[in-house]
Amino acid sequence: MKTKNEGNTQPVTNKRSSPVSDAQRAYIKTVKQNRIRIHIYQILLFVCFTLVWEWTARKGMINDFIFCYPSKLFATFLTMLKDGSLLHHIGITLYETLAGFAIVIAGSLLVATLFWWNETLSRVLEPYLVILNSLPKSALAPVLIVWLGANKTTIIVCACSVAIFGSILNIYTGFVSVDADKLKLIETLKGTRFQCLRLVILPSNVPNILSTMKVNIGLCLVGVVIGEFLAAREGLGYLIIYGSQTFKMSNVLLSIFILCVIAMLLYMLLQHIEKKLSEYF
Amino acid sequence: MENPLLEFCHVSYTYHTIACETLSLKDISFSLDKNEFISFVGPSGCGKTTLLNLIAGLLPVTSGTIRIGGQPAGESNVNIGYMLQKDHLLEWRSIYRNLTLGLEIQHKLDKAHLQIIDELLKTYGLWEFRNAYPRQLSGGMRQRAALIRTLALSPEILLLDEPFSALDYQTRLNVSDDIGSIIKEKGISTLLVTHDLSEAISMADRVIVLTKRPGTVREIIPIHLSIANRTPKTSRNAPEFNQYYNQIWEAIYDENQERG
Repeated sequence: MKTKNEGNTQPVTNKRSSPVSDAQRAYIKTVKQNRIRIHIYQILLFVCFTLVWEWTARKGMINDFIFCYPSKLFATFLTMLKDGSLLHHIGITLYETLAGFAIVIAGSLLVATLFWWNETLSRVLEPYLVILNSLPKSALAPVLIVWLGANKTTIIVCACSVAIFGSILNIYTGFVSVDADKLKLIETLKGTRFQCLRLVILPSNVPNILSTMKVNIGLCLVGVVIGEFLAAREGLGYLIIYGSQTFKMSNVLLSIFILCVIAMLLYMLLQHIEKKLSEYF
Repeated sequence: MENPLLEFCHVSYTYHTIACETLSLKDISFSLDKNEFISFVGPSGCGKTTLLNLIAGLLPVTSGTIRIGGQPAGESNVNIGYMLQKDHLLEWRSIYRNLTLGLEIQHKLDKAHLQIIDELLKTYGLWEFRNAYPRQLSGGMRQRAALIRTLALSPEILLLDEPFSALDYQTRLNVSDDIGSIIKEKGISTLLVTHDLSEAISMADRVIVLTKRPGTVREIIPIHLSIANRTPKTSRNAPEFNQYYNQIWEAIYDENQERG
């Protein structure tokens, strides 16, 4: 609710700000300067880290065979980019993550709806879901590979297994905590149960569903990398495990770096969608 | 005399929890005539809201019968509007789309019904706000919007469950005055549940005092005020107002003493 209101009042104050006092202008300036200062520190931290890493490796203070160094990473990045292998691996990992993510969202919405619809079902199955959710999901991956074979489908299932149980529980909790009086309203207007779902439950849960999605996209990426560690011939997870076995540390570190970037971009994308939608919900 | 619009004959309601069985309403009988306004007051927990829920068909009666328009409650085709304590406007819908909610649910989004909404919007000063979102409206406006949402379905009986309790005193007087005049003008029969005795007297033709749980009818008090064209606001200035207030207050006070 709060973020919604902030998002709403900000443009209004901007429009009204034509006659601004000097004090207000000074205040806005300090706020902006502060923001820029934080960004500069963040960038400096990264640059310093990279420089110290490069310098210590070149001076022989750390073992450059094991630890690698930034300029070598960058060179590897360029070569792999040129021969197309990097984009190929990134594409595979992204595809598996997004496919898993889509299945998790669709699946958990469906199951949460069924649970909301049928209380007996939810009460019977909830303890099982709680147990499955508290299980370290990486333990499932080897079993999945035995059952489903070493292929992309398995890796997508692996990604789902990491995220789906928590996702169902989260969305279901959101469904049942909708204000009972809002449902009573629909009932007094002679609405059906399906109309309760469509007109109240789903729209009032959009913020909750979006925040669940934000968590899930990261979890799916975790699931994909676990799967690729165990049973893949392509993808960033495969690059990492293969690189570490053959001591191609530049491949390993580059893949980790790219995973960071992918995770960040996917999260930012969802955050952007959330921000857009929160104006309406 | 023709049938009353709504009739309670020895209605009781019991609800169950694991811990116990609770008799909430016991042997309630009264009737509501056309164009009549009845207020219910009573100690808290005496089942006032339950009573409205029974009429709206949200709960089944345990024993006795409710007749609406001369027919058993389930079979009657009398339109019943129900206004809850809070406005419950849906935050993600514009005011206009909130008001059409009932029509949408009952598949009545036709010209005639939309016309009713447009007129109500214009009459009650919300026309300019039809495209606004609920959070942009004041409490009084929100409550008026909730009333329009209810009136859009042209109810013949209106159930009001403390509809003003969330408003501040000033707004409360104004909104109850507005709503009182809308109800009178449209000739809608109304049941109001409230804690506020002044509000109960100022709006009603009759006040029914309920006892503590299990709720039974303690007293039915017809309100006759010597004021021409009374509205909820002017009613409060009637010379008999205080007398009624004291009478009802004592009845409720006794209730609390006797069994509290």
